Amino acid sequence: MAETLNIDQIRADFPVLHQQVNKAPLIYFDNAATTQKPKAVIDALSAYYEQDNANIHRGIHTLAERATTAYELTRKKLAAFLNAPSTDQIIFTSGTTAGINLVAQTFGRANVGKGDQIIVSNLEHHSNIVPWQMIAEEKGAEIKVIPVSDAGVLDIEAYKALLNPKVKLVAVNHVSNAIGTINPIVEIISLAHEVGAKVLIDGAQSVAHLAVDVQALDMDFFVFSAHKLFGPTGVGVLYGKRDLLESMPPYQGGGEMIKEVRFAGTTYNELPYKFEAGTPNIADVIAFGAALDYVQAIPSEALAAQEEALLAYATAKLQKIPGLRIVGTAPEKIAVISFVIDGVHPQDIGVLLDKFGIAIRTGHHCAQPLMQRYELVGTCRASFAFYNTFEEIDRFVLCLEKTLQMLG
Amino acid sequence: MGQPINEIQEELIEEFGLFEDWADKYEYLIDLGKKLAPMSDAFKTEDNVIKGCQSRVWLHAEKQGDLVVFQADSEAIIVKGMISMLIRVLSNHTPAEILAADLYFIEQIGMSQHLAQTRSNGLVSMVKQMQHYALAFS
Repeated sequence: MAETLNIDQIRADFPVLHQQVNKAPLIYFDNAATTQKPKAVIDALSAYYEQDNANIHRGIHTLAERATTAYELTRKKLAAFLNAPSTDQIIFTSGTTAGINLVAQTFGRANVGKGDQIIVSNLEHHSNIVPWQMIAEEKGAEIKVIPVSDAGVLDIEAYKALLNPKVKLVAVNHVSNAIGTINPIVEIISLAHEVGAKVLIDGAQSVAHLAVDVQALDMDFFVFSAHKLFGPTGVGVLYGKRDLLESMPPYQGGGEMIKEVRFAGTTYNELPYKFEAGTPNIADVIAFGAALDYVQAIPSEALAAQEEALLAYATAKLQKIPGLRIVGTAPEKIAVISFVIDGVHPQDIGVLLDKFGIAIRTGHHCAQPLMQRYELVGTCRASFAFYNTFEEIDRFVLCLEKTLQMLG
Repeated sequence: MGQPINEIQEELIEEFGLFEDWADKYEYLIDLGKKLAPMSDAFKTEDNVIKGCQSRVWLHAEKQGDLVVFQADSEAIIVKGMISMLIRVLSNHTPAEILAADLYFIEQIGMSQHLAQTRSNGLVSMVKQMQHYALAFS
């Protein structure tokens, strides 16, 4: 029998969950958009500004040293979290989108040429489509798309058929933000490597739910955001293989990323600083360290079991609602349920559920090509975290039924 | 001469004042949406669409004598309810009246959140577009 979580105790760690919204207790089911922050993260943020605030890496005074140590400690924690071979391969960005753009503008610009191909999937968030379209347009390269089944599963046979030596990069998410499918990244990566293509995995939706070992998975690039992992907004991580990161040209120029600046020419700093121009988001990186500590202190099997149970419970209850159809029924999925209801616009459901104090996401989830594939204007998406409860699901389903009566 | 804009606004405020519960207010709003005069399909063109992030709004305007007459529709019923009220308040007025209108009823009936969600429903753009039409017709 696996250990179970003490949900009341966990919920006590998240101040935001204890409030009334529109005179009803808040139910937060929009965790795929951003997760809530435990008190430890909020405290780390204010402690930093109250006690240690200084610019990092260059100052020789005590505060600068404290801030630098704390900032670099998060990098160490991340290297351990991802099982990266070294801290130098952990690059701080402002988020997943920034990480993808960094790779597109450096690796992409240096390695993608006229007639080359970049493969994305039909499940991608716009942030893992548009940066590649931009570089493809600039270089005269082509974007190819891995199709997705009605259930929301990528067609691996079609992917195999797309692979050829012209493919320079495959950019796929680990987990779909819109419908929760867990993609077979082990297979996707190894197949890409067979034709010499590199792979970027967008981990925005996976890091809070699945363990990621970048070495075991043979990742070339892995990007994610702190705010979807119980950390602050404005911090992201790019992991890359050392040889790739070293061979990539710098992205933004400025302070920190240089070794020596002369008007005759500038030499660049080493990894990871080559890609971290300017004063970084010191406070939020430090607070992200507290988020990593928090989430790693929860037994991962118990966490996964709680999320799995929430998903199964909510799926069974929702399926009983007449006219409701779940979009995305992949056998492997995280605790995300996207659904549509016959004759009802998702936005109307979202507006009324909010009046009941329930936060879900409605719309196209920044995945318009996927909505086009399913011929939908959008869906309602309930996404769970380990601090959600079965009672919340009960009330959500009850309020959804009331909502449908009102709209009926 | 039609009913003055502020008189219609006061009527709406009074109608919504009958409901204490948010759910009753929304049921009334949904009902207004359902009763909105259907928009002619001929006007539901790409040119008339106002794109919101989540739902589309169509707006058509024409001048009948001195007055501007609006027709509109949306995919979402709550937005349609809002549209129905905006048309009731602004349609069949002169361009000058429309341009001078201060739509205070929306806040008074507790529906300002629908005009704050600028990206999601296209209502803010719709109000602007109604004023643009009034300006063009003036």
